[in-house]
Amino acid sequence: MAALKIKKGSTSHSAYNLRPNFSDEIETHTLAVLVDNEPGVLARVIGLFSGRGYNIESLTVAEVDHTGKLSRITIVTTGTPQVIEQIKAQLGRIVPVHDVHDLTVEGPAVERELALFKVTGSGDKRVEALRLADIFRANAVDSTLESFVFELTGAPEKIDAFAELMRPLGLVEVARTGVAALSRGAE
Amino acid sequence: MTRQMTGAKMVVQALKDQGVDTVFGYPGGAVLPIYDEIFQQNDIRHILVRHEQGAVHAAEGYARSTGKVGVALVTSGPGATNAVTGLTDALLDSIPLVVLTGQVPTFMIGSDAFQEADTVGITRPCTKHNWLAKETDTLSETLHQAFHVARSGRPGPVLIDIPKDVQFASGTYTAPEKSDTSIYEPETKGDITAINELVEALEKAERPVFYTGGGVINSGPKASKLLRELVDATGIPITSTLMGLGAYPASGENWLGMLGMHGLYEANMAMHDCDLMINIGARFDDRITGLISAFSPGSTKVHIDIDPSSINKVIKADIPIVGDVESVLTDILKVWKARGRAVNREAIAKWQEQISDWRKVECLKYTQEGKTIKPQYALARLEALTKEHDRYITTEVGQHQMWAAQYLGFEDPNRWMTSGGLGTMGYGTPASIGVQVAHPDSLVINVAGEASWLMNMQEMGTAVQFRLPVKQFILNNERLGMVRQWQELLHGERYSHSWSEALPDFVKLAEAFGAKGIICSDPDDLDEAIMEMINYDGPVIFDCLVEKHENCFPMIPSGKPHNEMLLGEASTQGAIEAGGAVLV
Repeated sequence: MAALKIKKGSTSHSAYNLRPNFSDEIETHTLAVLVDNEPGVLARVIGLFSGRGYNIESLTVAEVDHTGKLSRITIVTTGTPQVIEQIKAQLGRIVPVHDVHDLTVEGPAVERELALFKVTGSGDKRVEALRLADIFRANAVDSTLESFVFELTGAPEKIDAFAELMRPLGLVEVARTGVAALSRGAE
Repeated sequence: MTRQMTGAKMVVQALKDQGVDTVFGYPGGAVLPIYDEIFQQNDIRHILVRHEQGAVHAAEGYARSTGKVGVALVTSGPGATNAVTGLTDALLDSIPLVVLTGQVPTFMIGSDAFQEADTVGITRPCTKHNWLAKETDTLSETLHQAFHVARSGRPGPVLIDIPKDVQFASGTYTAPEKSDTSIYEPETKGDITAINELVEALEKAERPVFYTGGGVINSGPKASKLLRELVDATGIPITSTLMGLGAYPASGENWLGMLGMHGLYEANMAMHDCDLMINIGARFDDRITGLISAFSPGSTKVHIDIDPSSINKVIKADIPIVGDVESVLTDILKVWKARGRAVNREAIAKWQEQISDWRKVECLKYTQEGKTIKPQYALARLEALTKEHDRYITTEVGQHQMWAAQYLGFEDPNRWMTSGGLGTMGYGTPASIGVQVAHPDSLVINVAGEASWLMNMQEMGTAVQFRLPVKQFILNNERLGMVRQWQELLHGERYSHSWSEALPDFVKLAEAFGAKGIICSDPDDLDEAIMEMINYDGPVIFDCLVEKHENCFPMIPSGKPHNEMLLGEASTQGAIEAGGAVLV
């Protein structure tokens, strides 16, 4: 009788590991999902991701067509090409989902995110924070004698870079909206 | 024509307009207005179950054996949560169901009211779609959409949660033909380029095999007819999943038997060695594939499925075709005939020879000797004595289910109701009731194990009340046989909690319900006892005492490829390695 030679607490023996990998490369994709704006539709989309073990890096949702009651969900997700294909197919079969667009493969797209940063401090650090905010074209939307709240719009990488710079200068809080994305061009 | 009526009346009207003749249900506070309407009409028959799980499984049995949408009606809170197992079962096996649940009045939702549960939230991941009906005016349209979604595309269970005030209030009834069903319109026609590609591959293939599943049966009887035509015209061998049994007749000359973990040797070997695999309406379930990296390594794989998410989910398809089986088979036959009905006859004859050699292994061989009934023998006798009948079989889950799939032959679709994907113990008894309601004059047998059977045995009350002569054929080994088998193979023969002490006396139990009980322990008495069961006009509990330690073979151990099957007499020492042991 074969003994169970599995390390305690090991999770690497999951049945899912038996799947062939079409490619091992983990890719990041931005998906735009057009849905009926009805109760529970966001829960269906999120439940799909959690229930099937997919990743959500960023998620934004808002009604974009008030007459047609359509909402646009923008999801940034990561996975192997096979997993990304599964995610799209699974999203596509949710009844209130109208369309699933993979902006990463459907040609160039614009991605923007808005973020608010609260930075506290005084003296040189305060001056440096304001100078860097100017370089990044961030607006100070609130200020006290000890703090600023900066507003910054840009690609996620730009927001990350700004956050890194603000950290030693007294960054205490960040709020990010998540990515909104549209394909470039007339189509 | 628009009509004003209460929400409760709308429910009954919509069911009538959808052609529903039977509802399985259980009343409660939040559905009383609907039950009041049911009381005041005679078109729809209501079958009172004993537990809401039973209602959903009965509706599944009804749906699976008729091809129609099954309907269940239960109350809020515990009524709805008890329906969850049935919904999940139907989701995994793609059974079309409409389940109606009562809900507390809209103004009380969220207040933790008596018998309130977030039914739509709880059932969201175990339904194809669900709705909370907040307004009486849109209720009838939602009902019609629910039937449309349940039966279109890949079928599945849907649920409508109906608050009590919506049932009481009046609104405008919308007829089915006026309802907007454009919300869900899946593609049913397969891509003709891919179909051409498939036909070309089929013409050249030297070792082709059809691998068919529940999708053929869900597509309707015409799909099974077309499948038979294609298989017989090409002479290509065919195997099927557990869910697809009966689409191609077991007596057909190209039939290999079921494949998979407990599939036949010849079927699994053909899958492993084929050069062209044509998957029709199956989903490469893990019970089928075994070790994926060693799954049929040399074959071109065609995958026909109505659900795009099935394609490339587990196995990469070389030729994917998204469409309804009936429509795709029609096109395949059309193209194949137009191109001259060619197949590589010479190579296929050689392939058939190879398959005959595999058949000689006689993987289902067993020895019936002594005074103990072997479970295989019990099923072989059941098969021999019932196959000429107009017969429907349901099963519970476990060893008996696999033996039933191996030893019973199915000549037609919709004759075999079993819980495949979810593996729900307790499915068979209520399912047999649903089947018998749909086919009152047929012989309906639930092949069960005693442990599974006890899980929904309360439904015997339903069978007796509605005079449903279901036959509960229990292979009683006083063990959780499949659990025991895995413990023997995998867990050092430590039989942790896999035996049943204090089993009821099934004959007395039958009598307590008002049914007939039969017990049989001697192989010499078996035929007579089975005949007694068949000939009794009413529900029967048949307690068939069988060998307690029989294992179910062939078996592909977890984590092994198809060509490394364990056969009946084979040594099982070290059969499953550590990596396979963590798999289920």
